[in-house]
Amino acid sequence: MAHSHQIVTANRLRDGAVVYLTAQGRWSETLACGAVVEEPAALADLLAQAERSVADRVVVAPYAFAVTPRADGPHPVQKREQIRAAGPTVHPQFGRATGLACAAE
Amino acid sequence: MYRYDEFDHTLVAERVAQFRDQVNRRVAGGLSEDEFKPLRLMNGLYLQLHAYMLRVAIPYGVLSAVQMRRLAHIARKYDKGYGHFTTRQNIQYNWPDLEDVPDILEELAEVEMHAIQTSGNCIRNVTADQFAGVAADEFDDPRVYAEIIRQWSTLHPEFSFLPRKFKIAITGAPNDRAAVKVHDIGLRMVAGPDGTPGFEVIVGGGQGRTPMIGYVVRDYLPVPQLLAYLEAVLRVYNQFGRRDNLYKARIKILVHETGKEEFTRLVEEEFAAMAGEDPPALPGAELARIRAYFQPPAYADLPATTPELDLALAGNRAFARWVKTAVAEHKQAGYAIVTISLKPIGGIPGDASAEEMDAVADLSERFGFGEIRVSHEQNLVLPDVPRRDLFALWQALDAAGLATANVGLVSDIIACPGLDYCNLANARSIPIAQEISERFADLDRQHDIGELKVKISGCINACGHHHVGHIGHIGILGVDRKGVEFYQVTLGGNATESAALGDIVGPSFSGEAITDAVETIVATYIDRRQAGERFLDTYRRIGMKPFKEALYAAH
Repeated sequence: MAHSHQIVTANRLRDGAVVYLTAQGRWSETLACGAVVEEPAALADLLAQAERSVADRVVVAPYAFAVTPRADGPHPVQKREQIRAAGPTVHPQFGRATGLACAAE
Repeated sequence: MYRYDEFDHTLVAERVAQFRDQVNRRVAGGLSEDEFKPLRLMNGLYLQLHAYMLRVAIPYGVLSAVQMRRLAHIARKYDKGYGHFTTRQNIQYNWPDLEDVPDILEELAEVEMHAIQTSGNCIRNVTADQFAGVAADEFDDPRVYAEIIRQWSTLHPEFSFLPRKFKIAITGAPNDRAAVKVHDIGLRMVAGPDGTPGFEVIVGGGQGRTPMIGYVVRDYLPVPQLLAYLEAVLRVYNQFGRRDNLYKARIKILVHETGKEEFTRLVEEEFAAMAGEDPPALPGAELARIRAYFQPPAYADLPATTPELDLALAGNRAFARWVKTAVAEHKQAGYAIVTISLKPIGGIPGDASAEEMDAVADLSERFGFGEIRVSHEQNLVLPDVPRRDLFALWQALDAAGLATANVGLVSDIIACPGLDYCNLANARSIPIAQEISERFADLDRQHDIGELKVKISGCINACGHHHVGHIGHIGILGVDRKGVEFYQVTLGGNATESAALGDIVGPSFSGEAITDAVETIVATYIDRRQAGERFLDTYRRIGMKPFKEALYAAH
């Protein structure tokens, strides 16, 4: 089944940190702050914004990935994105909360 | 050990300055990511899942105490307080900031280290037997030739843009601890017709997507011809290697597609063409100059044992168990080689905290000559421990949490970083290693099982060496099926002088089921083994069928 909900992510240039593009066009380290889009046009718009951030040397290697919207926030479909969002499973002290609402943005 | 000369110092210092300028230009906008990426990779800097990762070269796995302390300092100052020793005898830092990396490289250069040749399609950091120079079974010291190869290959203009990465391993002992048959080139020191040291040259081995055991292109290559012959192999590869297909670009594919005889003919033709009947030779003076760096330290005349050591062995079971697994025979009477396990029960294979690195550096000076080795099995080695000091060393290691008596046993697991860190991985490796380690935590049980090495890779690139193992091997390859991790099991692989690739046992197992599967394999071995048999012996005698039946009986 195709997953229609997507978030745009990248790594921050200066430290490589995982970041998500928000609806306000900023980059957040919190998955829940990422703008979730369904329509191809909306996704294309987000990716275009991301490419501008690449040109501005804020992030590198942006791409979209599939999420499942849940009551506690978007949930990445692929294990790879779950781990990128939460941090390495073997070092919980370096992990990040993923299921919280986006309070900071 | 080798010390930098003025050329080494200049080269590394210039490289640091170049990279500092490149980082500055990247941040300021003078370089795009496409332009910067190959430059950072040439300095060992990757971008992984969560952050940048800096891979630092440890040439042929040899470190001084001073260098180890610097690695600890870098872990503390620039990273999150730990480093990860890899299956290629290097160390990786998982969290450096981009703009800190030039400073890190500068700090490394101060102690004669760098991150050159840890990435890219060049001749990578040469690896060697971790017991080089001290092993009782050694024919000649491979560090001498590893260092010569390092100097020859560093920034070699002809071989900086090969079809793919190129790995050379070397051993000076008949018991292969360097896995030379699964490298692009493997060198094994042998005696020539008149007893003169030389090399058996093995080409075309490798793991990854298409695992292959290398084959012997030369039974005996005289030492003076080493670099000329390597150059001939590299030239044939550089000319004919597949650049059109990333997955077919390694030399093993070229050898396989060309055929052993034709490939050998091409190499010998290239070799002969270099200088007719008089191939270029290593200058004897240069060979002697390099060898001088690896002269044995000032060993004392020590007894093989002492009453105190005998008493401790007889009266302290934990110590005796540790000696059984961690201590190897030294070529010098009265000394021992000690392997320090970086595989505590439930720990992350190959990880060491800054405190542990400092502790090992201190112990290398207190119980040796300030030298440390890194093994491709992700452990550390103290090469020159007086046997009379073994009990004191064990006590000190135990106090530092570094005395796990599991070297060579089921919990001495090789694992790549896997999907917890790596951009290429499909599945996690480390949590599986941790779970298996905890399942077999009982050291009595581990020692009863005996030699059994589990190796786990998170993807087909096989950084966790899942295709092979030294003795009695269970290989586990992680795969991703629609977002769910599965693990494919192979049995019977072996990377020693009798190298063999593991056989796939059958359908893969889920992450939840894989530890039970290992348990079943071990139980089948215990049930079927005969007196004195290791896992691999039993597997070779009874074959795959009993293991397969036990694993899939419920289905």
